[in-house]
Amino acid sequence: MNSDSDLKHSQSPVSPAHDARVQDRRKFLFKLSIAINAFIGLLIATPVIRFLLGPLRPKGAYDSWISLGKLADFPEGSTLLAFFRNPTTNPWDGETGNVACYVRRQSNDSFTVFAVNCAHLGCPVRWFPQSQLFMCPCHGGAYYADGSRAAGPPERGLFSYAARVDGDTLMIQAGQLPTLANQARLKSPGDCPGRSTANTNFQLVKEIAPCTKAPNAGTNEPTIG
Amino acid sequence: MHESSKRWYERTYDWVESRVQLADFVRDSSAHPVPSKTASWWYVFGSASFVLLLLQVVTGILLATIYVPSAGQAWNSLEVLNHQLPLGWFLRAMHGWGSNFMVAVVLIHMMQVFIFGAYKFPRELTWLLGVCLLLMTLGMAFSGQILRFDQDAYWGLGIGASITSRMPIIGDQAVHLMLGGPIIAGATLSRFFALHVFVLPATMLAFAGLHVWLVLKLGINEWPTPGRLVRRETYMKEYHELTHRDGIPFVPQAIWKDAMFAAAIIFAVAFCAAVFGPFGPTGTPDPTITQTAPRPDFFFLWIYSALAYLPPSVETPLIFIAPVIGLGTLFALPFIAGIGEKSWYRRPVGVLTLIVVAVGLATLTHLGTYAPWSPHMTAWTADEIPDRLVHGSTPLERQGALIFKAKQCHNCHALGGLGGQRGPALDTVAAHLTEDQIIRQVIQGGGNMPAYGAALSPPEVTAVVAFLDTLHPPNQLPATDASRSIAETDKPAFKEPVESTKP
Repeated sequence: MNSDSDLKHSQSPVSPAHDARVQDRRKFLFKLSIAINAFIGLLIATPVIRFLLGPLRPKGAYDSWISLGKLADFPEGSTLLAFFRNPTTNPWDGETGNVACYVRRQSNDSFTVFAVNCAHLGCPVRWFPQSQLFMCPCHGGAYYADGSRAAGPPERGLFSYAARVDGDTLMIQAGQLPTLANQARLKSPGDCPGRSTANTNFQLVKEIAPCTKAPNAGTNEPTIG
Repeated sequence: MHESSKRWYERTYDWVESRVQLADFVRDSSAHPVPSKTASWWYVFGSASFVLLLLQVVTGILLATIYVPSAGQAWNSLEVLNHQLPLGWFLRAMHGWGSNFMVAVVLIHMMQVFIFGAYKFPRELTWLLGVCLLLMTLGMAFSGQILRFDQDAYWGLGIGASITSRMPIIGDQAVHLMLGGPIIAGATLSRFFALHVFVLPATMLAFAGLHVWLVLKLGINEWPTPGRLVRRETYMKEYHELTHRDGIPFVPQAIWKDAMFAAAIIFAVAFCAAVFGPFGPTGTPDPTITQTAPRPDFFFLWIYSALAYLPPSVETPLIFIAPVIGLGTLFALPFIAGIGEKSWYRRPVGVLTLIVVAVGLATLTHLGTYAPWSPHMTAWTADEIPDRLVHGSTPLERQGALIFKAKQCHNCHALGGLGGQRGPALDTVAAHLTEDQIIRQVIQGGGNMPAYGAALSPPEVTAVVAFLDTLHPPNQLPATDASRSIAETDKPAFKEPVESTKP
């Protein structure tokens, strides 16, 4: 047990080499070891950062066209809640891999598919067919049947998915949570002839652009006088 | 004492101590002198925060033995904890109530050190670490709410993603990073699990350790005395004199209050856990269930309220600028006001700021508990129109009351205290709006009310207006348009309208 009580006061062994050359070499090797560790650290950090940035994808890369069901499932003039499985899911996602949306069929081949997520902060809006309103339970956003803003804090109308009719199937372009960052497209103020794509009723464009050769085109000339 | 005369545990102690050599450090730390006035009940919140952190670690580890961090299974594993494992519900309740107590005690601790001027020289770094610890405590509360993977957690993530998406330029990619993919799903839960269970607790323990180390090295903040100013040149000397002239050893003379309070807090957590039980989980995190009204946990209600009241035009800038200003102020505080007066008697700006912030947060939190801005989504079927409001009404008026229900007017407008508070209560609407004004309001909306012109047929408008026109106090006539009665009884003063004076 004597050795135990000595531990506390034991001195480190006297270094055999005290001359300046050896010390200089050790200082240099110490700096070198730091430099090597920094280099190795950077080397490891690169794949780690790439791994952490894994969820990043080019704009729209998560989206794909998926079937929402038969046209007959959506009677004309109705707005119905519909579900689909997100195109990219993992087996352990469970029910969170499902997505809900509202399908509004205005006429035979005219569909609008709204996201359930409120344009304010993403809460699930509820459709009330009696008053023809979508109401949000969180901060009281309200939207008309066509998705336009009716009241409350949202700055814009409901988010919508691009939709087209493929034979007897309703297809939508979906794949990511609709937010202001990926859905903040402004509706064209006018229905420009030739701009609307075939099979869709969407006039969603990247930005507001003046209609070319519009029949009742507005004018940029001053109206005073 | 001779070695052989020692008992076995004394020998074991010596054997360990001769290796770790911690006894001197512990003895010095415990016996270090503190100013006698700091042996106060005001100084117990820091140690209580640390004790609660340890409690959270222990209960968290116990929960982790059962919890499944998988989006498809997490909710079920919570149900198993709640209902199938003996006292699983109690551990969940301890962890949930422990979290509430921890946020509360950390906030009280922060208010106390602010009002006592403890952030001033030389304790600036202690304050900065404390601000980080507060942020991490809130981060733990938010990520913990997500791990309780229910409807509130799911839509809370949706709100988080929506806020993130408002970041200029990088919003879209920031959402993907936050969610770990394109939607709220398994990857989202897994990354918040990693945050809640590894990253944040490890960082918090390290920061809290350093925080306590600084308290040991720099000494506990002395009780503020008006007129005793902090000066960088003389403070250390003055503090040394204070502790050595008027000081008492921390153990046992000051620590007993910390220990008492820690015991009381732990008992309070256990008591609340046993009496009130665990939090949730609410409904399954199924995004196809839209019949839900998500609410954040208590300590985030103020944000929920603030987001309801911010005007849309300033919402996005404020969401990003306000936290920067707020946190910037907290971090800059010890460098702006690092010297000078510590006493609250001579710091009116500090005291007023604290009161305004505290009252503001409390008011927003209180509003968040009943959310008057949210429509009551079930009021149109669940809430009744009081009998007295339809008593003796005509068939048309009664039909109007039915339409009031059937068209969800009740979701936003209260009658007899029942229904939504989004719009004004309509109990006396006829006393201050004329029939024409009511018709206009119903058809065109406005003032944050949707236009119902398209959703109501003309007979329905007639009926609902007839009903609303009966809603006035018994001793007060309904509002009428004075010009209308003139128009009905008298002939117009001029046969032709007055011509415009414009050419």
